[in-house]
Amino acid sequence: MQGIITWGTYLPYRRLDKSSIAPFVGQGGGKGTRTVASFDEDPTTMAVEAARSALRGRKISLQQLLFSTVSPTYADKTNATVIHAALRLNDSVTALDLGASVRSAVGGLMMAARSNVTTLVTSADIRTGLAGSAEEANGGDAGAAFVIGDSSSAPVAAEILAVTSATEEFIDRWRSPGSVRTKVWDEKFSEVTYTPLAKAAWKQALADAKVSTEDVAMITVASPHARVASSIAAKLGVAKVVGDVVPTIGNSGAAHPGLLLASLLESSEANQVVALVSLTDGADVIILRTTEHLRAARPTPSFDEQVNGGAPLSYGKFLSWRGMMSIEPPRRPEPQRVSATAAARSEKWKYGFIGSRDKTTGSVHLPPLRVSVDGQRTDDMEDAPMADVLGTIATFTIDRLAYSPSPPIVFAVVDFDGGGRLPVELCDIDIEEVKIGRRVRMTFRRLFTVDDIPNYFWKATLVRDN
Amino acid sequence: MASHGIKDRVAIVGMGCTNFVEHWDLGLDDLVIEASNQCYSSAGVAKNDVDAYWLGTAQGGMSGITLSRPLQLDNKPVTRVENFCATGSEALRQAAYAVASGAYDLAMAVGVEKTKDSGFQGLNAVPPPNDGTGRTLTAAAMFSMVAPAYAKKFGVDQDELREAIAHVAWKNHYNGARNSRAQFRKEVSMDTIKKSPKVAGDLGVFDCAGVADGAAAAIICRAEDAHKYTDKPLYVKALSFVAGNGSGLTNPEYDYTTFPEIAACAVDAYAQAGVTDPSNQIALAEVHDCFTITELVLMEDLQFSPRGTAWKDVLDGRFDLKGQLPVNPDGGLKSFGHPVGASGLRMMFEAWLQLRGEAGDERQISTDRSLALTHNLGGYPGEMVSFISILGTQLG
Repeated sequence: MQGIITWGTYLPYRRLDKSSIAPFVGQGGGKGTRTVASFDEDPTTMAVEAARSALRGRKISLQQLLFSTVSPTYADKTNATVIHAALRLNDSVTALDLGASVRSAVGGLMMAARSNVTTLVTSADIRTGLAGSAEEANGGDAGAAFVIGDSSSAPVAAEILAVTSATEEFIDRWRSPGSVRTKVWDEKFSEVTYTPLAKAAWKQALADAKVSTEDVAMITVASPHARVASSIAAKLGVAKVVGDVVPTIGNSGAAHPGLLLASLLESSEANQVVALVSLTDGADVIILRTTEHLRAARPTPSFDEQVNGGAPLSYGKFLSWRGMMSIEPPRRPEPQRVSATAAARSEKWKYGFIGSRDKTTGSVHLPPLRVSVDGQRTDDMEDAPMADVLGTIATFTIDRLAYSPSPPIVFAVVDFDGGGRLPVELCDIDIEEVKIGRRVRMTFRRLFTVDDIPNYFWKATLVRDN
Repeated sequence: MASHGIKDRVAIVGMGCTNFVEHWDLGLDDLVIEASNQCYSSAGVAKNDVDAYWLGTAQGGMSGITLSRPLQLDNKPVTRVENFCATGSEALRQAAYAVASGAYDLAMAVGVEKTKDSGFQGLNAVPPPNDGTGRTLTAAAMFSMVAPAYAKKFGVDQDELREAIAHVAWKNHYNGARNSRAQFRKEVSMDTIKKSPKVAGDLGVFDCAGVADGAAAAIICRAEDAHKYTDKPLYVKALSFVAGNGSGLTNPEYDYTTFPEIAACAVDAYAQAGVTDPSNQIALAEVHDCFTITELVLMEDLQFSPRGTAWKDVLDGRFDLKGQLPVNPDGGLKSFGHPVGASGLRMMFEAWLQLRGEAGDERQISTDRSLALTHNLGGYPGEMVSFISILGTQLG
């Protein structure tokens, strides 16, 4: 029996106060906040961060990596291979993208549940919409990751009892690839169409799981339509519904079902039957029974901690970060595109943040060196994986002149615990926060994009108490 | 194995230097023609008398043809060199060694940069194709990390340090205002300097070197032949170069309050020249004041001030034009401007003028002492190249 072994979620640091939209645009916005991916994040980097949270401190032998997003950075080329590299997974792990619809994300969970391989299922999304639109106000940016396998690979936190679907073709939300504008037909049409599908899939799932509605302790319902989600949650008759997070973080498209499933698991106790219902182009139901390993599988930071964290972002920055409003850049040359061959040679450093450690002296080098710093030995080094090592700011500066997609650059010299120093850009930080002595951790980012090549590398961000 | 130097084996017998400004009407070719012709004339030689050339340009062009084509040289050996912002000094160093080796009788070093054709602010380097993981900070940002580290280590009040580095800018503008070749020829008040818009960290616009176009040149011969060309040659006492290994960027022990490459370079240069008391033996120093805080730290790395005290010496006016040891009497990079490949030779041009008593009444310093030091660096704190020359009017 396949089950969920571990999970992780990632919410970007910034929050847009939706009440700031209407005064600027003249329409749209509303109450509450939404999450906003930084200018240097994309679905790939957010999936990496969610997966790092899921995998941190665990030794799980993965065989497959799936990645779903509706806003992929690459077309033609696989995005999941970037995640694979950043997570330093074995070459033998298959890495695949799942297609460009919201349903693909829950689809990844279902495929993994129905397979017999240990799968890391990731999903992430950036929801933008036109200025003043409902999509803009109610969307959100996030990532989610689950490891699904059987108990032979690791203790299972939640057994999967049933996976069912009801599929139907109807046009309720759609968008042309590349367009920023998602269009909707009529929420009432959606509601009446989804209701019988949800009931059918739910009924079959209960039967497959050999449980009754009364046995189900908690349910969460994901739908791009808030009205549909709440209406159908009520209709299914489960006593407790969790996951009312859209007013705080928004609906993050492909990541949303994963976030709600994480929220469900983090709200559960051991040995409870719980269920995820996802309503996109049909209805998909996963029923699970939590185990005694549930608590140990709980990731850090938790989903709730992230929901309650974050810091404000102005609407102008939101628009510029999403390319909806162009801001005058510093009068400096833009960066060059990344050399594919150079990047391939430095894959371990660039994507995995692996330095070198001198076997004789123990000193750590970022980026990796081949020759020891005393000049005496060549290739007397071993890998020094540094992505999960914390550091301290030794000194810092603010560069108001250098090119950045979002100037100014906050930059620090970081000394890592146990050795190693790297002068590196800081992210998710306000200028007044940077201080000598502050603790930082590394995070995977997209520095810039030239010639359609995203330049992925690592930045440092402050360690904050949630 | 040792660094022996070539003390008193070669001499500079002619120099040229263009104005360093935004030469919108002059290209790189025009600049090298002007500096070279001044230099031939200064040494009293014809173009064809020079046996070999070294061209220093950071990004002005590739190969020796960047010089041989505009000068229309006749089958002469020309080598283009690049060593960050120490490129011009490197050209002279190679030319000096070539003459010292006996390979040539007369060699010329030319440094040039046409910076203002880029349309960008500041200086720009074009890196080779790479993996995208390198830093993209400006030089100003990298050097700006020195000021807070220095203040903290030596317990200097931030405002006092701010005053000291503003004094560096004030001094160099004061000197540049008295130099017809300088880019900026106005004195600037301390208040203006301190209130200038921030570029990086606490460094404002007036803490940064000027960016200019320009060229400079020098002709070198064997020391024994020097008086064939001039009555007042400058003998090369020391040429020292250190290319750091970048360890400051990766070694947590580096504290951003000194430039170890320069300290090592200075030890070597003083040993080559036999200088034991730099402050009292050297008449003037031309140093690489790419940023005001850089010049302040250089005073310590070059042994002019004990560690942690240069800020006091700066505020006391010790390095002013009429001070005990004038530093950058021509205005330095700060107000003379910084055409990368030309700057190292421009520094020597000021030594040439001052030690020969030709700097003009407004800024001529005392020539009681007969040695000048030029210091030229490239790169950033933690990853730097350093050049030092010591030149003198007397043999021995």
